[in-house]
Amino acid sequence: MALLQITEPGQAIDPHQRKRAAGIDLGTTNSLIASRREGGVATLPDESGVHLLPSVVRYLADKSVVVGTDALAAAKTDPTNTILSVKRLMGRGTEDISRLGTSLPYNFQTSDSGMPLLEVVSGVVSPVETSASILHALAQRATETLGGELDGVVITVPAYFDEAQRQATKDAAKLANLNVLRLLSEPTAAAVAYGLDTGVEGVVAVYDLGGGTFDISLLRLNKGVFEVMATGGDSALGGDDFDRALAEWIVAASGHDRDLSQTQQRTLMIESRRIKEALSTQQQAPVVIESEDLSFKGVITAAEFNELAAPLIQKSIKACRRAVRDAGVKLPDIHSVVLVGGSTRVPSVVAAVAEFFGTQPMSDIDPDRVVAIGAALQADALVGNKSDEEMLLLDVLPLSLGLETMGGLAEKVIDRNTTIPVSRAQEFTTYKDGQTAMLIHVVQGERELVDDCRSLARFELRGIPPMVAGAAKIGVVFQVDADGLLSVSATEMSTGVQAHVEVKPSYGLSEIEVTNMLKASFSHAKEDVTARMISEARVDAVRVLDAVTNALRIDGEALLSAAEITTLENELKQLEHVLDEKDAALITAQTATLAKASDDFAARRMDASVRSALAGHSIDEIEKE
Amino acid sequence: MDFKQNYFEIFQMLASYQVDTDLLADRYRELQLSVHPDKFADASDQEKRLSVQWATQVNAAYITLKEPLKRAIYMLEMSNTNIEHNPTLDPMFLMEQIELREALEDIEASGDAGLTQLDQYRADVNKVFENLQRDFDAQINDSIIEAEQTVYKMQFVHKLLAEANQLEERLLDY
Repeated sequence: MALLQITEPGQAIDPHQRKRAAGIDLGTTNSLIASRREGGVATLPDESGVHLLPSVVRYLADKSVVVGTDALAAAKTDPTNTILSVKRLMGRGTEDISRLGTSLPYNFQTSDSGMPLLEVVSGVVSPVETSASILHALAQRATETLGGELDGVVITVPAYFDEAQRQATKDAAKLANLNVLRLLSEPTAAAVAYGLDTGVEGVVAVYDLGGGTFDISLLRLNKGVFEVMATGGDSALGGDDFDRALAEWIVAASGHDRDLSQTQQRTLMIESRRIKEALSTQQQAPVVIESEDLSFKGVITAAEFNELAAPLIQKSIKACRRAVRDAGVKLPDIHSVVLVGGSTRVPSVVAAVAEFFGTQPMSDIDPDRVVAIGAALQADALVGNKSDEEMLLLDVLPLSLGLETMGGLAEKVIDRNTTIPVSRAQEFTTYKDGQTAMLIHVVQGERELVDDCRSLARFELRGIPPMVAGAAKIGVVFQVDADGLLSVSATEMSTGVQAHVEVKPSYGLSEIEVTNMLKASFSHAKEDVTARMISEARVDAVRVLDAVTNALRIDGEALLSAAEITTLENELKQLEHVLDEKDAALITAQTATLAKASDDFAARRMDASVRSALAGHSIDEIEKE
Repeated sequence: MDFKQNYFEIFQMLASYQVDTDLLADRYRELQLSVHPDKFADASDQEKRLSVQWATQVNAAYITLKEPLKRAIYMLEMSNTNIEHNPTLDPMFLMEQIELREALEDIEASGDAGLTQLDQYRADVNKVFENLQRDFDAQINDSIIEAEQTVYKMQFVHKLLAEANQLEERLLDY
């Protein structure tokens, strides 16, 4: 259940009231929050005027939590209690962590659900809780700047994040008490910012190389409609890998051949990042490392660094090639290339992108801020604030969805890069004579073998009448809504027996774990369950009240009879009447009554809207062309 | 929502195999601007439900009409012809297919040089596919049986192109 902040009922009905919405770029290295206000969209600074919040969380022995610059300052001296780049751990299982490289100076534990946990001085924390602390710090900044609690946020994620990583991000937002309007792909957010700000049109490629993730997206921009054509990338490739390559170079050059301590690892990574940044403007940089028994003094040239970075950059270019092919376009069809993410400041990255696309890439909008700005624009639209320009995002499924079939093979049901919302049906049959149950195993990924894909959910269809193998017909329907949320249902055709699951991927937190954390977390300690239920019922009621009131004002006279209007107005009054009651069930019941009474009106409005969309076009018109 | 509308009617276009793809894309955007769930963030649950249904249907219609093979299969279905899973095909065509498949194996065997050869190969196979589209367009109004045979050939060639793409991924080492 969404944990919404509600305004006073009377106030919310006022259509001129602007809601507080924000876009959050929850980055590997830095995070930002932006909001649309009078006069434009801007990222919000902290009290000392700094916009970037380092995505660093430090846990102290007195159980307090420090986020941002102050936490980063302690990174070298207190490595195990200071968590950096936590985004790389989001939605990952313990066994995934080993693939991320060995230089993670944390003490890991494994939770019951297979999630890695970090041991810190004040206890054990999950990556989701660490992310929630970053989100909370940003939200607080927005609350102070905008003068009130946020009504809703859009949080950006790498386009290539799978369901588990997305779910983990949503769980973090829930812990931070934020109402998530949508998770938005980072490159799509950047395209929105460019499209609305610089008026770029046509096919645009967004090359987004951040601290820990790489995304490439191709979009078609046309009069405010942003159509994602293809997306691809690598959720474990980013600036951190450049730093790691540099660190390995330094260790090799120093001749140090013993295991590195956590302090040494952290020192190396921080120094490497500094050297990388220096080399983005200089031809060479001094390297000075003094950490315990590791000691090195020397110089690295830009050419040497480029050689280290080249294999990583080539990996990103391969992903570009595939995305261009998936989009069904040729390189000359691409009008502009946009650079996003701090790692695109590396000159050899810019050169490689320019060479592949055959055009000089743009970085007119600050590559660090562009994602948060795009997210703020989308948040403003989704929260229901009206604006002058028409805007719509048509997003795609980033990874294919399928089912396990005999022999551990993955059968794709919906291919990657399919525009959502989408619904797709496929028929399967039984393998053995007399088989009465079937295990439906939902997987995500591009590989042929189930073991190489991400497992999302398992459920059973029981009660299949015994038949010879291959005779039963099982219809499986995959449905993905505009939020990218998947539900799967299976039906045996002759009897109609059905099983259904809303997919909540494993490796995220279980519902119980989230509830327990909520209970323990800062903002909910004193909140009473009854009060929460009433407040949720009111939020829902106000939303329906608003919707019906607005619909009546706009289309009531055109689409309804006088009697129908009177009926609806009575139901509205009834609901307004019970809104202040301290009875969640009563409010919910009256909300449902109003919703039901307005169902037919809603259907008529939708039909009218579709008719008017293509009004003026007729089949005759095409015949004349 | 009128589910009886066929996909051409949804976009108010004539049911013809030759589709003006720019016009189709324009109308697709116009429709999504009025039905997409993002436009109903504030709406009632009923309106949201309807909006998801419409947006899903408009997406399905768009993909079907945009892609030549899907469009051909759909037009056969409109003529009450459902395609078979294991059709019998003209032996001449099958021979050509075997040769094309062998050519693909040769490209795989040639390693890194294969990537440039693959581009040429795909261009050639695409020409075969385009010729089949022309055949289908000529047949669909006169002879459903011939049009059906052409769709089976299109399926073969389409699969071959998909395999060429998979080969590219292997050569690029994904």
